[in-house]
Amino acid sequence: MADDSLRPPFQNALLRGGLAAQRVRRAWWMAAPMLLVLAAVGAWPLLRTIWFSLTDSELSNLGDYAFIGLENYVGEYGLLASAEWWQAVGNTLLFTGLSVTLETLLGLAVALLLNQASRLRTLLRAALLVPWAIPTVVSAKMWSWMLHDQFGIVNHHLLALGLIAAPLAWTADPQLSLFSIVLVDVWKATPYMALLILAALQMVPEDCYEAARVDGVPRWQVFRRITLPLILPGLLVAMVFRTLDALRVFDLIYVMTSNSRDTQSMSVFVREQLIDFGLVGYGSAAATCLFFMIALLSIIAMGLMRRTFERAAA
Amino acid sequence: MKAGAGSRAFAPGAAPGQPRFPWGRIGYWAASLLFIFVSVFPLLYALSSSLKQGSGLFSPALWPEAPTFANYSGVFADQPFAQNLLNSLLVAGSVVSLSLGLSLMAAWAFGRVEFRGRGLLLILILSASMLPQVAVLSGMFELVRAFGMYDTLGALIIADLLLTLPFTVWVLVTFMRQLPKELEEAAAMDGVGVLTLVFRVFMPLLWPAMVATGLLAFIAAWNEFLFALTFTLSTEARTVPVAIALISTPSGFELPWGKIMAASVIVTLPLVALVVVFQRRIVSGLSAGAVKG
Repeated sequence: MADDSLRPPFQNALLRGGLAAQRVRRAWWMAAPMLLVLAAVGAWPLLRTIWFSLTDSELSNLGDYAFIGLENYVGEYGLLASAEWWQAVGNTLLFTGLSVTLETLLGLAVALLLNQASRLRTLLRAALLVPWAIPTVVSAKMWSWMLHDQFGIVNHHLLALGLIAAPLAWTADPQLSLFSIVLVDVWKATPYMALLILAALQMVPEDCYEAARVDGVPRWQVFRRITLPLILPGLLVAMVFRTLDALRVFDLIYVMTSNSRDTQSMSVFVREQLIDFGLVGYGSAAATCLFFMIALLSIIAMGLMRRTFERAAA
Repeated sequence: MKAGAGSRAFAPGAAPGQPRFPWGRIGYWAASLLFIFVSVFPLLYALSSSLKQGSGLFSPALWPEAPTFANYSGVFADQPFAQNLLNSLLVAGSVVSLSLGLSLMAAWAFGRVEFRGRGLLLILILSASMLPQVAVLSGMFELVRAFGMYDTLGALIIADLLLTLPFTVWVLVTFMRQLPKELEEAAAMDGVGVLTLVFRVFMPLLWPAMVATGLLAFIAAWNEFLFALTFTLSTEARTVPVAIALISTPSGFELPWGKIMAASVIVTLPLVALVVVFQRRIVSGLSAGAVKG
């Protein structure tokens, strides 16, 4: 400010200090509504869920419960002794591992295609946003219809091509259903992955490619030695986001195979216990386990990413 | 516009020695067309099935033999689907306005003021976006019942804010940081209050970011399923995803696939139109949230 220099220095500092304090107070007021809402819909329900997990609360009478400690976790009929829970954990991990791997590889391929200047680029990008924007429930229904065992178009064409001898029950056969679900998830989530990787690709400085071209470095080498190391931080972030997303999968599995044991994910298990069986205490225990698993993974991922970023920056 | 490494290599004379570039070109076109086909085909097939009826539904032909809109009128006749659509629109619209308003205010605080605990709060907000929905389900259920909001749209609006607020805040903070400092100083000279500053001065400048985040929030709320399934009971209070998931025949044997596909097309086409029109903004919004953050 122009007239600052006219005031004695101490008064100046006081004024600045006062203004800054006022600004900070305003900042808190401005942030307060959002923080309160997030506390009400995030933090509070989460704490209540953790508390419920230590009780025998039931849905029909939420207010009337007794504290039972860790009974829901380690008791005789607790979570850790439940084969169904462990199957849900296994299903979730298998689903996550398979879908994130496939989505990363395909997403990288699509991102490389999108990074080329071409007449097709706009069309490709628009087409890719279609699976991403379609509600998960709708994609689950569309694919369930395409994978229908009697009238589905997938079985029809596979039979016509002679690739299978008899129609496959894609969503009913316990050997196949989880893979069908992975297939639909890959179809739906690859575009998201591709867009995130594309953002990383576009930040690679042009001169790196320029230099490689001048030196006549083969394209595969350019990708392996220049592109990949430079996009690695972005790629990792995208993979972490997808992994955390896949671990809590609900819509797709619930709509395609309902509460079937063979495909039930941890989230589907939680909702079944909580709502369908009304076991709020037990269901909350399962939800708490899922929460801590995701929290732990996020913390590990953040640590790892920080190290990668530092190495990339060095 | 940046051209990637590959497009350089395609240029004539880029590769020393024999001109092998057509292979790369053909591979590029083949792969791109394949991805376009795979992305779009299920929607086209749903559209085609929605126009078929009776035994025509069992033919895999893409072009229906006798196109009919019976499935579309059936969807509206069998259940309060118009009401469900209106519910979805109300929920998504309210969620978008609330999230944008709340996060614009917060974005000024987090993006333009230095204060203690800012970094920690931002990390906490980001971690809220990683919360599994089922982890808040029982607590939220209790809350919804306590406020007498069970089976109402209010419950869904409140609950959906958990899904949208973290990323609307993050994206708007990123964009708010980039605005020039002089603007604020000029406004301060004129004695403008901070709310006026945010909504009258900054908001018009931030509209591209607002459109991008608003669209993402809209899509998130429009597509939300778990809360809507759990906090509503009557068919009249359902949003569209729940209505579609629960469409069944009275006999309960085979699902009415034609009607399900018709309903799917109805909810998807507006989204696809939005996405195609705003694709650039959406892409920038998506990557702003992930990469710059």
